[in-house]
Amino acid sequence: MSKKITIEPVTRVEGHGKVTIHMDAQGNIQQSRLHIVEFRGFERFVQGRPYWEAPVLVQRLCGICPVSHHLAAAKALDVIVGAGTGDGLTPTGEKMRRLMHYGQFFQSHALHFFHLSAPDFLFGVDGDPAKRNIIGIALTNPDLAVQGVMMRKFGQEIIRATAGKKIHGTGAIPGGINKNLSIEERDEFLKGADPLNADKMVSWAEEALDFFKKYYFANKDFVDNFSYFPSNHLSLVRKDGALDIYHGVLRAVDADGKKILNDIDYQEYDKYIEEEVRSWSYMKFPYLKEYGKDKGWYRVGPLARLNTADFIPTPLAQKEFEAYKALTNGKPNNHCLHMHYARLIETLHAAEMIRELLHDPDLLGDDLVIKGEKQKEGVGLIEAPRGTLFHHYRINDNDQIEMANLIVSTTNNNEPMNKAVNNVAKSVMTGKEVITEGMMNAVEVAIRAYDPCLSCATHALGKMPLELTLVGPNDEILDRKRSH
Amino acid sequence: MNQKPSILIFGYGNPGRQDDGLGAAFIERMERWIGENEWSNIALDTNYQLNIEDAEQIAAYDLVYFVDATIEPVEQFSLTKVEPSDAKVEFTMHAVSPAFVLNLCQKLFSKTPETWLLHLKGYQWEFEEKLSEEAKNNLEAALDFFQQHMIKKLNNSN
Repeated sequence: MSKKITIEPVTRVEGHGKVTIHMDAQGNIQQSRLHIVEFRGFERFVQGRPYWEAPVLVQRLCGICPVSHHLAAAKALDVIVGAGTGDGLTPTGEKMRRLMHYGQFFQSHALHFFHLSAPDFLFGVDGDPAKRNIIGIALTNPDLAVQGVMMRKFGQEIIRATAGKKIHGTGAIPGGINKNLSIEERDEFLKGADPLNADKMVSWAEEALDFFKKYYFANKDFVDNFSYFPSNHLSLVRKDGALDIYHGVLRAVDADGKKILNDIDYQEYDKYIEEEVRSWSYMKFPYLKEYGKDKGWYRVGPLARLNTADFIPTPLAQKEFEAYKALTNGKPNNHCLHMHYARLIETLHAAEMIRELLHDPDLLGDDLVIKGEKQKEGVGLIEAPRGTLFHHYRINDNDQIEMANLIVSTTNNNEPMNKAVNNVAKSVMTGKEVITEGMMNAVEVAIRAYDPCLSCATHALGKMPLELTLVGPNDEILDRKRSH
Repeated sequence: MNQKPSILIFGYGNPGRQDDGLGAAFIERMERWIGENEWSNIALDTNYQLNIEDAEQIAAYDLVYFVDATIEPVEQFSLTKVEPSDAKVEFTMHAVSPAFVLNLCQKLFSKTPETWLLHLKGYQWEFEEKLSEEAKNNLEAALDFFQQHMIKKLNNSN
């Protein structure tokens, strides 16, 4: 006999998600499941389309991180047009793409921190839901809220300058890019009036990190213990082991830091990674083949990246990275809420990289595209803000896409999100038959740490309210709550 | 003569999802119309969705129109006044509503531009960059209405 609690869908998470928590007759949590309706139609949709359309077409997937899909598709098509596997572009081509990507990272991480996670820290996981958002921050800490808004704006302006426009950007094309950065654009980003310049963004990224650290050290027990569980971690790293979100080799480490995927060429990802289908979920569960379904699942995203990387190649973020690594004695960090800490270190790194790139004259160059011998198949991999993103295409003799496979970050994090929810459910729902708002938000805090984009994973439209249903031992509904 | 109000018309939605592109299509058509009429006080913008940084953008205008596709039961289109919403949590993680943007603008920048939401009824939402025939009709009807509305607004401000 078991009881079941369903949370459907998750507020402040894009798309359609539902959480079901199974309890036994004694009120013990038996199992928790995060259901995401994954629609695999997109891969079929691009079949038959000319391959060069893909970097623009894939932006239809999602309005949240179109730049990530744009760049991953372009990287896959670099291979197809014979421009190498990510490091064969012209310096202008590669650096313009990197600038676009760091701009995307910066604005996406800023949104997550200021709009989605900071409210939980400022007002408490079980605080007043009416205050638990950026407007609540605006009322109590307006300077912090303005920082969030302006950091977003700066990142968006970087994207506009590199991708060409806000909607359906065309900056990245197979083999390179279609525009460089003008001197005026560069100078605006470097020397623009405060706060919209690179120096200010670096300084604000440091302040955001300080804000989190202050919270962390005042609430260490809560942050350290909230949904802690060991796991494998997977991400791109640069060939020398540095954090690199645009290009590199694929590395995975286990919970103790042992390399279990040793810097492989991601063109061969399908030799190492498989996706499991489970009857109760529309979203697949990726895992490392060698370790099997039970032991081969992994986390992706900020926490994973700082666990796989040996160092960060910018000075301020590296200093923060060293302090962060010291918390776990250099071992992988498996604390769910340290995801926010890692995300803010990456935000600082992105700001430093934007500043560094803006000083690079290669951004102003005219040699934009390179092509070589055409190939039939290519894989593009990048680290999207919320984790590793795979795009894989094969074309036919008519230059049409005949096969596409995408593994998005949220899908990669499917198993860990389920684990995170289960841990929280055990901690706050055991023995409870009435669902409180605080319980609901605790579950969401665990999911939100991964910054899932369910719109991307599901390729779905729309927004949904939150509903939580408690089902008793005989599948009867004991309680149901809808947040809005 | 009074100075003409500064106006922002901001369409949002994903043009790659059929009728979700109504907001962007509306802006594209308005761009031509505004150009023909040489109204320099009207700015246009588009994006996939609204977000928190838009609060800073609208603070610079006297009058703001958001334009979006809707599945709500409206007749072709509807124009409704937007008031700053209560500070409640949004359903989605990465996008916010016009009322939320206006509220944030008020709280952070102490500005409350007169704000309206033009909803255009949409019907189809698949992966295609093409409006449905019904949506195209609604777009035309909304443009006719809105251009007359703009002319009246601008004349009244003289």
